[in-house]
Amino acid sequence: MLGQFLSHPPVELGPIGPELVLAGAGVLVLLGGALVRRRQPRALLLASLAGLTGAAVVSVSLWRWRGHATVLGGMVQADRFAVVARLILLGVAALALVLGHHYFERLGEERPEFYPLVLFTTLGMTLITAAADLILVFLALEILSLSLYVLTALSRRLAAVEGSMKYFLLGAFSSAFFLYGVAMAYGATGSTHLSTIARSLAGQTGNQALALAAVALLVIGFGFKVAAVPFHMWTPDVYQGAPTAVTAYMSAATKVAAFAAFLRVLMTSFQPLTWDWTPIVWGLAVATMIVGSVLAIAQTDIKRMLAYSSIAHAGFVLVGVSAATQEGIQSALFYLLAYAATILGAFGVVMLASGRGEEHTSLGSYAGLCRRSPLLAGLMSLFLLSMAGIPPTAGFIAKVNVFRAAVDAGHWGVALVGVLASVVAAFFYIRVMVLMYMQEPLEDVEPDPSIVPRLAVAVPALLTLLFGVFPGLVLGLLERASVLRW
Amino acid sequence: MLSEYLPIVVLAALALAFAVASLVVSSLLRPHRPTPAKLAPYECGIEPQRLPKGERFPVKFYVLAMLFIVFDVETIFLFPWAVGFRRLGLFGLVEMVVFIGLVFVAYLYVWREGGLDWNEPVRRSGEREQVGEALRAG
Amino acid sequence: MAADWIVFWVCAPISIGSAIAMLLQRNAVHAALFLIVNLFTVAVLYLVLGAPFLFAVQIIVYAGAIMVLFLFVIMLLGVDREERLVERLRGQRTAAILLGLGVVGEVVFAIRAGVGFSTRAPAGFGAANGGGNPQALGRLLFRAYFLPFEVTSILLMVAAVAAMVLARRRERPVASAERRAQEPIEPSEPSEPSEPREEEPVG
Repeated sequence: MLGQFLSHPPVELGPIGPELVLAGAGVLVLLGGALVRRRQPRALLLASLAGLTGAAVVSVSLWRWRGHATVLGGMVQADRFAVVARLILLGVAALALVLGHHYFERLGEERPEFYPLVLFTTLGMTLITAAADLILVFLALEILSLSLYVLTALSRRLAAVEGSMKYFLLGAFSSAFFLYGVAMAYGATGSTHLSTIARSLAGQTGNQALALAAVALLVIGFGFKVAAVPFHMWTPDVYQGAPTAVTAYMSAATKVAAFAAFLRVLMTSFQPLTWDWTPIVWGLAVATMIVGSVLAIAQTDIKRMLAYSSIAHAGFVLVGVSAATQEGIQSALFYLLAYAATILGAFGVVMLASGRGEEHTSLGSYAGLCRRSPLLAGLMSLFLLSMAGIPPTAGFIAKVNVFRAAVDAGHWGVALVGVLASVVAAFFYIRVMVLMYMQEPLEDVEPDPSIVPRLAVAVPALLTLLFGVFPGLVLGLLERASVLRW
Repeated sequence: MLSEYLPIVVLAALALAFAVASLVVSSLLRPHRPTPAKLAPYECGIEPQRLPKGERFPVKFYVLAMLFIVFDVETIFLFPWAVGFRRLGLFGLVEMVVFIGLVFVAYLYVWREGGLDWNEPVRRSGEREQVGEALRAG
Repeated sequence: MAADWIVFWVCAPISIGSAIAMLLQRNAVHAALFLIVNLFTVAVLYLVLGAPFLFAVQIIVYAGAIMVLFLFVIMLLGVDREERLVERLRGQRTAAILLGLGVVGEVVFAIRAGVGFSTRAPAGFGAANGGGNPQALGRLLFRAYFLPFEVTSILLMVAAVAAMVLARRRERPVASAERRAQEPIEPSEPSEPSEPREEEPVG
């Protein structure tokens, strides 16, 4: 009797240590913002940063995890892939917190919910990178999506509310697709564990037709989250409408988290069907690269332009995914790292250069930025060069790696389209640089002179240069992290 | 299998029968002598210009309904836990304490942020209406 | 089995009828009430299929909480709002009819081909539900799936915060005057009847 009362399944909490730390920090900061009479946004910021640091320390310690590969009833995978993805996400969250703190302070708005929501979003994102069961993937996806809808609407501008609304409606739609895919996978194989699905499909015991339907629906669900064409419609409006600091966060972090889960699901549970899903991913990659690059040319608002550019970048990551090899995973991870640093920095510069809130985000207001703030113009140029894939930046190495992985896997056609798309994309990146350096200022916007957010933007700039010049610093680590087993 | 639910069906039928019977009996027994004064919408004061049709609820109800759903979903999880409590043992208890504790944090937050207060001066209502209007207009 | 049969043939026509009635109602509140009837009868069908937990969830969450939310939203927008029935998208009605016919054809085909239809419970259904369906579900949820269960509480917490942040009217006094000065949303001119409550006639 007592034995039954005390019995419990094995509980190894180590591999979800980062999430436990984040949850604790999130709860503390949430209650701190609500219960303390005199609110101190700075205290909330510091507490959140401490939580992120703690989570990062725990993540690093998981690099040498010696316990079971999957823990907590097969729900969580304790591998190095998750460690790397988590570290990228935590870093992005820390920088975004600093930027967002400054954004709302300068706007004179008090948003104590910003800090816990970023922590909870990060929790969802880190959890999704380690989730080894489709149900947990779905729950983590919902946590991060729901928090992002709220973060988008955090400033009460009409555009923000509208963007949040669109994001919510389309996001709910995509969640339904994803859930339908999970149901199909369960119907095909009788399990939602990634490894069990893989074993069942490899052993030909599962229903292959249903499994293919599951792959298609899951790809649609993830496609929405990473903003792949034709599931990208929400991106420009949301990125433009959201507070710029939030845009910086979600453009960088959401893509990392969603691609990590995408890679894990495709490369483990549907690995036996690789030949069936690679053409789908090719198609997505080609469409995303072309549409993202071409539509970005026509934009007149810097935030919209960067939004379309982020769509195009999703296409380049998909090229790495379509290789379906360890090299492909490694190149995709490196691309995500380079992209996260670049886009976070670029939106950070936009935040600092556009006055209070989103007053001056048209491309015209970037004319002559180098006169008003040489530092911001320089940083922006570096990020734009990295996005265009011009050496010596991380973006160059990332693009080369992705294309090489695709060619090695025999997909030279996709790589060719990718090269052409990067040439097209280079045009509009360089156009902004021409505006900044070669034209007279049109508007008299005084850029934000604060030091701390500038430091937060300088960190990704340094990383962009560092990984561009010495990619070997991380490529070795990424290679060891690019093993996804089932 | 379904026979277990027979008492519920009987109870529902009795409740329905009671409601219908009360209405029917009262309509048969009550006196019915209408006069113009009685049929007027209000027995005193002036005749209203138009009937108060389509009154709009304040948005507070909506917040409350959403919070209700959150805590309703919590209740749903209590159901399979309660029926299997003995078998789930101490581990189940700890799980449920953690779960309820986390949802309680949400409750604390809502309470401290004034989500449960009713008689608070409504501020900036003009702006909220505007946002809603503009959203509806597209 | 006879009881199942009777219950099914009582509930299925009601559920279909209430669904059609819901679509044909112009009054949003009446449509919502028909939806409640529909949700209830579908819940009973879950019971017939041997899923009492789903039955409880359907009634407590859908017929209860979600419908309350629906009704509040209808009230929030105003009961007397007549929806214009002219479609905004061209050809929407035709497309809807075609797709609806497609679904009907699909179902007929599936029934004729016997895909996914069965008169018996799937293999292992009895074993999986040993000791009662909610109990079996509880064992699974609180043993094998306890991490997703705990994660759900975080999701609920975020949902509560989301509801508060998105629908809150209260603004902190801090800097709100300063904000209004540079708010992109201009103060409204009083063209709309401001507060409907004021129009209430005094008896």
